[in-house]
Amino acid sequence: MAVRGAVVIDQDRCKGCELCVHACPQHVLRMDTEQYNRRGYRPVLLDESENYCTGCAVCALVCPDVVFTVYRYPRAERAAAAA
Amino acid sequence: MAIAPAPPHLAPPLASASAPAPTLQVIYERPEAMTEASTHYCPGCTHGIIHRLVAEVVDEMGVRERTISVAPVGCAVLAYQYFNVDGCEAAHGRAPAMATGLKRVLPDHIIFTYQGDGDLASIGGNEILHACARGEKITVIFVNNAVYGMTGGQMAPTTLPGMVTTSSPYGRDVLTQGGPIHITEMLAMMPGVAYAVRRSMHSPAEIRKTKKAIRKAFEAQQRGLGLGLVEVLSSCPTNWRMTATESLDFIRDSMIPVYPLGDFKVHSELVG
Repeated sequence: MAVRGAVVIDQDRCKGCELCVHACPQHVLRMDTEQYNRRGYRPVLLDESENYCTGCAVCALVCPDVVFTVYRYPRAERAAAAA
Repeated sequence: MAIAPAPPHLAPPLASASAPAPTLQVIYERPEAMTEASTHYCPGCTHGIIHRLVAEVVDEMGVRERTISVAPVGCAVLAYQYFNVDGCEAAHGRAPAMATGLKRVLPDHIIFTYQGDGDLASIGGNEILHACARGEKITVIFVNNAVYGMTGGQMAPTTLPGMVTTSSPYGRDVLTQGGPIHITEMLAMMPGVAYAVRRSMHSPAEIRKTKKAIRKAFEAQQRGLGLGLVEVLSSCPTNWRMTATESLDFIRDSMIPVYPLGDFKVHSELVG
């Protein structure tokens, strides 16, 4: 499956509530189990090892702390790059 | 839609020798009407989502420079630090009174109050009732999470029957403590109200519907139709003693049966 989108996570804003992890339809978000952010929370991570982000922005919709900036590759350029 | 170059730490995965690295479309970024401040809300509290929706609506309507927020007393007491618009702080429950004054002095400005259930339904019940009776052209965002959040989860007028709070440890007894007040249904009866709806925060689809409702409530004010009220069923993971996800399920399974979602009054000019 082609890469379609990407999220940039402002990890120091994250409070680790996990709402985005449960909302993500592609299951590409998980909580960091190794380190804490500057505020002492376990922040969310983008993990594309099994699936890809489509840039649907549901994570940004449910995030109470505006942690996500969401990008998407335009459809035409995706087709050109894949060709 | 804005086109931005790829952020430096995002390697463009589609780049190859034959095709240039694609430009990235920005699908979502922080709204201009929110400041860079990090909110003081507990993890998973949906206040942050509602703040963001209001900010997005203000941006989309292009009224940020002439919008004034009125913050309540309660969890959202510092809301003026998070909205990148002019703002002021009202005495407990008196946000509609302050908004009335602001709107009458500055009729070309967009005035909204952002109030919780302890602020609006309890101590401020009188204020909102009379603001509606006068048909003030303001927008009211009413966040209902069924408890007093800031002070430690005491019983509010909106607490569900049988719900355990710190001041009703055996559950709210309707016989002695009364039943929950359905503010939106009550205020929808007032002739000065142009828009009165109840929405929820428990799913992405409902969050989208809430944003549309907030937009309509602002339009009701902009078009001078009357008071626009959006009640939003919100979560309080800390005082409900739940995780953020469990608290969304609690809204869906326990709050919505008591507080049905719906449009209780929509001015004929706002239909559609």
